[in-house]
Amino acid sequence: MIAETGLAALWLAAALALLQAFAGLGSWKSASPALASLTRPVAVAQGLLCLIAFGCLLWMFAVTDLSVLLVASNSHVDKPMIFKIAGAWGNHEGSMLLWVTILTLAGAAIALFERRLDAQTLGATLFAQSLLALGFFAFLLFSSNPFERLSPAPPSGAGLNPLLQDIGLALHPPTLYIGYVGLSVAFSFAVAALLTGKVGPAFARAMRPWVLLAWISLTLGITAGSYWAYYELGWGGWWFWDPVENASLMPWLAATALLHSVAVLANRDALRAWTIMLALVAFAMSMAGTFLVRSGILTSVHAFAVDPERGAFILTLLLLYVGSALTLFALRIGSVKEGKQFSILSREGGIVVNNIFLSVILAIVLMGTMAPLVAESMGDKISVGPPYFNKATVPIGLLLMLALMVGPLLRWRSDDKARLKRLFAPAIAAVVAVIFLALTSPQAGFWPIVALMLSAGLGVASFLPLFGRNLLRTPLPIWGMVIAHFGLAVSVAGMAAESGWTTEKLYALRPGETVSVASWSVKLEDVAPVVGDNWVAIEGRLSAKRGGFVAQLKPQTRQFSNPEQQTSEAALLTRWDGQLYAVVAPISETDLSRWQVRLWWKPFVTLIWFGGGLIALGGLIALLGRIKLPARKQNENPWVPA
Amino acid sequence: MGPGMKRNWLIWIPLAAFAFIGGLFLYGLMQPKDDYVRSGLIGKPLPSFELPAAVEGIPGLSSADFADGKPRMLNVFASWCLPCKAEAPFLEQIKERGVEIHAIAIRDKPEDVAAFLAEHGNPFVRIGADADMLVQLKLGSSGVPETYLIDGKGNIIHQHIGDIRGEHVAPLVEKLKAAK
Repeated sequence: MIAETGLAALWLAAALALLQAFAGLGSWKSASPALASLTRPVAVAQGLLCLIAFGCLLWMFAVTDLSVLLVASNSHVDKPMIFKIAGAWGNHEGSMLLWVTILTLAGAAIALFERRLDAQTLGATLFAQSLLALGFFAFLLFSSNPFERLSPAPPSGAGLNPLLQDIGLALHPPTLYIGYVGLSVAFSFAVAALLTGKVGPAFARAMRPWVLLAWISLTLGITAGSYWAYYELGWGGWWFWDPVENASLMPWLAATALLHSVAVLANRDALRAWTIMLALVAFAMSMAGTFLVRSGILTSVHAFAVDPERGAFILTLLLLYVGSALTLFALRIGSVKEGKQFSILSREGGIVVNNIFLSVILAIVLMGTMAPLVAESMGDKISVGPPYFNKATVPIGLLLMLALMVGPLLRWRSDDKARLKRLFAPAIAAVVAVIFLALTSPQAGFWPIVALMLSAGLGVASFLPLFGRNLLRTPLPIWGMVIAHFGLAVSVAGMAAESGWTTEKLYALRPGETVSVASWSVKLEDVAPVVGDNWVAIEGRLSAKRGGFVAQLKPQTRQFSNPEQQTSEAALLTRWDGQLYAVVAPISETDLSRWQVRLWWKPFVTLIWFGGGLIALGGLIALLGRIKLPARKQNENPWVPA
Repeated sequence: MGPGMKRNWLIWIPLAAFAFIGGLFLYGLMQPKDDYVRSGLIGKPLPSFELPAAVEGIPGLSSADFADGKPRMLNVFASWCLPCKAEAPFLEQIKERGVEIHAIAIRDKPEDVAAFLAEHGNPFVRIGADADMLVQLKLGSSGVPETYLIDGKGNIIHQHIGDIRGEHVAPLVEKLKAAK
């Protein structure tokens, strides 16, 4: 019954999306208050129905209802409860239902709370939003029904990819989806602005919280995903330039650029066409990302949900939505009046520089990701890896940091060079850092030292916008900006320290032997088999010693039973100044006297994710400042009674 | 691009770039896809190699043992590999149909290979020991078991990835007999 309830709710929601499309279209074309007032309850009911459908899915997974095909093929009675529930979206159908649920909830939120936009633009936004939803409803109902029954029901279920049986799974896809959906809202706003021709500060302020929300979620998703790959894949790396990682990085780059250009539009009514373009690109990138994950056209460690037929469906939606939006852009942007002018030495100028650098990085990542496909279409086979991406993106990323020290200091519209005197303090910090590093450890190499120098400079410079302000009266968005920019400095410092100062050692050890890595001495005490819920493992027991400090590390190589797969569980020892990272694996099936032990000392590596967290926190603080604003204002939404 | 991007053909560039990427996606989607790493050497001559004997009593293998006008099969296996045990009876059937099979044992020890052959039978004429997997890499093989069909001129004409099962026996033998 639960499955049928879920399916019925999904069909009803789809019908309401169709109704919303007509009502939204009508209220844009005719500005009819009757149609506009219809849109709100329809959008809210649609979101609630999707929530019910998703609740049914969660319930089915929680009780492991094996008469449902999706549960039988993705879950198992032996699985721990938390992974049973997370399994609901750890598969194609479930994750698409989650996506549609978040999408329709966002639609409901716009209908309920948006008070800054005129009725016509709001109608056009909800029209665009319902067209997006309809495509994904069709996808779910016609090709990926999560509620399909299986008869007869199997006794135990097929299981879940063991790499995904991790708490990371419970959070990673949902955060990315909130990000993607937030960008879809920005996309709908942009399409609506193109339809009505009303691009200006009101439009930018309506769009901004959604861009912020998307950007926060993408930042968290990428940060968490990077940490997951770091400890789960057991390779000691934290970013692999894998196609699917790039697929999540590209919308983030576009969203970061958009977040900044939308501020210019909101404050100064400039960069109109450019902001619209970025909103379209950001959503296009997020859909392309979904396509890359689902279609499996690029080889990737993430390709666990590959199905060409579904890829075709997503590609159709991508071509339809983004293709028509870009056509609309080309046809209509001429009718959008040019925004205000500004001098290059101004806050706007700084943001334009930021946007240019971010766009160049985006283009580099896009080209590197697409290059294997281009080569394949010309009968060649290549793979593009970290050497290309690092060489091409690192220098531009560092230039971006340099610009970031200057930009937030400048006033809107135009400024004089005298303000740049404030950069004295960060310049001192950078010079001290570079002299210290060049003297103590020149072996780290040019780029890590330059990156740490810029991190030191930016770390100080990011606080300069607070200089001369009353800290208690400083608006939350300024605090958010300061914390996010400081977070970037922290994260880049971690990246530089990890890439320049990591020590890696590989040993074949017998139990009882002691080796050293950096300032640590590590002893392999013992190797023993251990048993978990649905896996068996060999576990190395290592004792790591530095000075008077001793700690135990227990890395494992796990053998999962349902389905059969081997994974490596690295052991991490976190200290204030870095992490000791250990992996143990058998040398061969027959030789059980010695074990392969891989050890890394990664100084300050945790700053990478700590910085990522700070960036997201900055966004959150800015978002709180932004959504507080409309509550104080007069209610201007014509659909909500005052 | 920038603030002043209206009024001319430049505004169509994003759409054109998107169409190009969409076209690539479409192309990528239409390519046949599988999880296997195909050897880049299919249709090309066997790379040259020389391997010592993997087990006492059976000669080692070099690329010179091919290309004498007789098509042969080259099996890449290991005593520690389960699917290799599963495919052993079918290799025996292929041998009974008159096909000469050479083999390369990957990361193996002589006593293990001997035990494997004693338990599962020996369909092989020669077995080379590839202790450090260098020849396997040269062949473009990414796992065990894999089987290559080599024509009489020493060219690789087919790569079979994974274990050979009952239904593969006849097609593989026919394919090899058709080659000269």
